[in-house]
Amino acid sequence: MRNRKMRGLIILVVLLVTAYYFLPLVVPNLPSFWTTKRLKLGLDLQGGSQIQLEVDFTNSELSVKEREDAIKTAYEIIRNRIDQFGVAEPLIQRVANTNRIIIQLPGLKDPSRAKDLIGKTAMLEFKFVASSEQMQETYETMDKFLQENIEKYEFLEEFSDINETDEVVDVLGTEEEMDDESYNNAMIFTDLTTSETGMPLQIDYKHLAKLKSLLKDPLFLQNIPTGLQIALGKDNKHDPYSARDIYILHKSAEITGKSLDNAITKIGQGYTAKDKGPYIMLEFKKTGAKKFKNITGQNIGERLAVILDNIVFIAPTIESRIPDGQARITGNFTIEECHDLVIVLNAGSLPAPVNIIEERTVGPTLGSDSIKAGILAALIGMAFVILFMMIYYGLSGLFADIAVIVNVTFIIAVMTMLEGTLTMPGIAGMILTIGMAVDANVIIFERIREYLEAGKTIRSAVDSGFRRALVTILDANITTLITALVLYQFGTGPIKGFAVTLSIGIVGSMFASIVLVKAIFDGFVTNTAKDKLSI
Amino acid sequence: MRFFGKTKIDFIGKRRIAFAISLVIILAGIVSLVINKGPKYSIDFTGGVAMELELTPVKEGAQAVDIQAIRDALINAGIEDAEIQEIKGAEGKQLVLIKTQIVGDMKDKTSTKVIDVIKKQFPDNVDPATLIRLQEEVGPKIGEELKGKAILAIFWALLGIILYIWWRFELTFGLAAVAALFHDVLITIGIFSLLGKDISLSIVAALLTIVGYSLNDTIVVFDRVREDLKLYRKEPYGSVINHSINETLSRTIITSLTTFVVVLSLYIFGGSVIHDFAFALLVGVVVGTYSSIFVASPLMVEHFNKKEKKLGSRTKKK
Repeated sequence: MRNRKMRGLIILVVLLVTAYYFLPLVVPNLPSFWTTKRLKLGLDLQGGSQIQLEVDFTNSELSVKEREDAIKTAYEIIRNRIDQFGVAEPLIQRVANTNRIIIQLPGLKDPSRAKDLIGKTAMLEFKFVASSEQMQETYETMDKFLQENIEKYEFLEEFSDINETDEVVDVLGTEEEMDDESYNNAMIFTDLTTSETGMPLQIDYKHLAKLKSLLKDPLFLQNIPTGLQIALGKDNKHDPYSARDIYILHKSAEITGKSLDNAITKIGQGYTAKDKGPYIMLEFKKTGAKKFKNITGQNIGERLAVILDNIVFIAPTIESRIPDGQARITGNFTIEECHDLVIVLNAGSLPAPVNIIEERTVGPTLGSDSIKAGILAALIGMAFVILFMMIYYGLSGLFADIAVIVNVTFIIAVMTMLEGTLTMPGIAGMILTIGMAVDANVIIFERIREYLEAGKTIRSAVDSGFRRALVTILDANITTLITALVLYQFGTGPIKGFAVTLSIGIVGSMFASIVLVKAIFDGFVTNTAKDKLSI
Repeated sequence: MRFFGKTKIDFIGKRRIAFAISLVIILAGIVSLVINKGPKYSIDFTGGVAMELELTPVKEGAQAVDIQAIRDALINAGIEDAEIQEIKGAEGKQLVLIKTQIVGDMKDKTSTKVIDVIKKQFPDNVDPATLIRLQEEVGPKIGEELKGKAILAIFWALLGIILYIWWRFELTFGLAAVAALFHDVLITIGIFSLLGKDISLSIVAALLTIVGYSLNDTIVVFDRVREDLKLYRKEPYGSVINHSINETLSRTIITSLTTFVVVLSLYIFGGSVIHDFAFALLVGVVVGTYSSIFVASPLMVEHFNKKEKKLGSRTKKK
């Protein structure tokens, strides 16, 4: 009798706790203390982006300790950038013992902006544009180099055909006549970097990838004349397929982002293209301002390029000394672009480049479709199981149905209590549990039927049925639990969600069928079903 | 109500037929795997780009987008090996699935490029708010790592199971159960290969779930076998095990039926994200049920029969 009381108490507590955490989902306007814990929806259900980053140390000479610091700094800077970007409830996590960071941005509709924002090293540099003689030299060197090494650069073959170079414009306007020998040499680099309209130092969109791979190629980079570098101009967000400018720059930076004090977005009110639209105002720190004053003062007439992450934003000619430590970056910006650039400039530059190594975005429409579909599938599956059990096992089936319903609410309640995240595979796990939850009861009921057929009394058939089935149920469920735990260990987000609901479901179904249904049977058999049991 | 009362079906006597059927299905799968050079892995394991885009006409008079037109537009933009597929969307939505390899490296943002191309080429079918339903880009490194992790997970799950069954029953039971699991997983992977479906991360999760489910089924039978072997000490192994299968048949069928129907509901109504996952589970429920009756238990009979030949029959010994 004491055991029974104990059991009743346990059932009562479990049911109360389940109800407590489940109610906020179905009853609106509960007092706020009641709703502090809630079931979160995974990115796959509410829509949003998950981005995995890796801090790239391949070209760095940092020590292990410095790397650790660099990852921490990168983490802080990225958190800072995302904070300023303005997403509700972002989640930024370091993956333990790796140089990786996982970012979750719920409800984000256009991940490409966020990606740009996160991936930027934000290395701001001011460098001088090379003189026309140096440019000429670079072009000649690169043309010669590519001609001699064309077999290494198969993707440039279309430019090595001399016949197609008829229309070549003498790139830099030098008026030397071409002698026969140079005419026999295809000017591969010159051709590559001349747009279809004949503009030198411009590359058509369709050839952009080829230049990018050249600029990644160590052998090519080695052959650029000493002290110089080749850089791409900024793309035009208003016309992403337009030709891009190319710059030959001095390699050493005059001023870097370290001298920057503050960056702000401004909107130009002028009428010319240059003065109209959004631009960025840079303000230097005192020392930086002084340096800037000196450099501009000493180099009037030269072109100074403003470079962010190796992309040249503008390269204006210095017209006069700039004394107040302020500089403007203009150029075909969209407002969003300006806003994002200001964020990265102000959050500081990353200690090492970060690479996006994985990105998964679920749009809001797919998310809400998934929720609807998941709930529909669950309801239909559940309706079938409940009806089937009632028809097949009569009143006993109804008891098993109570167990199924308790189990489903139990899963949701425990998930809420643990502040877990419900994902689509999680819903699938729950649906699967509905099917499997009746299994324990089926095993028990089949046993009871057998014992009844063997001529046992109802009382003893029920008792032995439950007792004998218990061993089977434990063995069968513990093995499933083992696989669920392995899944949890190995899985990433959504799969973890599946493993969690499956595990909670297994525990819940064992409780419901072994403890709860047994209690109902005990009460029922002693009171009403002494002579006949509907099973 | 009951579907069948006491049955006396001779499962064990027919085991050779069952083995032959299993073998044929497994072989068909293996042949397909060999021809296709292994399973068709999704971008989760190979790295690459996968996206689901909504291209329902937004402007009046706009036409549905032709798959070939998308392919041409992508080729023009330098994305040459895209696999494009139209999928069924609710309420007349036009949904398109695009899978491709990463062009260049992750920095070149292949997926963003695809979206730019679509936006530019099919403006009449693009509503920026609903265009992107799914956009995934996975670097090759992540894929390799996940592959390793998935194989390890399957290994640990199987090991844990063998150990548990060894402890609860005896090694023969454990090995027979694991043989049945291999049978189930092989058939499911084979069917996926035959149908040209991708093996993704969630399919690996489904495989592990099948392992759990099939085992659940097998253990219920084994549990009866263990009990009956003690109960009917004079009977030969084959007939005891056949008796156990028949005794648990009713439960096996009912549980499989309820599980099958819920998974079927998930497959039909659960939406595109979970479709292949539910399909794997459907196959798994059928194969798992089959294997506990026709593979796991008969394998034990084979084993015991061999033992009998060596040590003399069970009846004589007692």
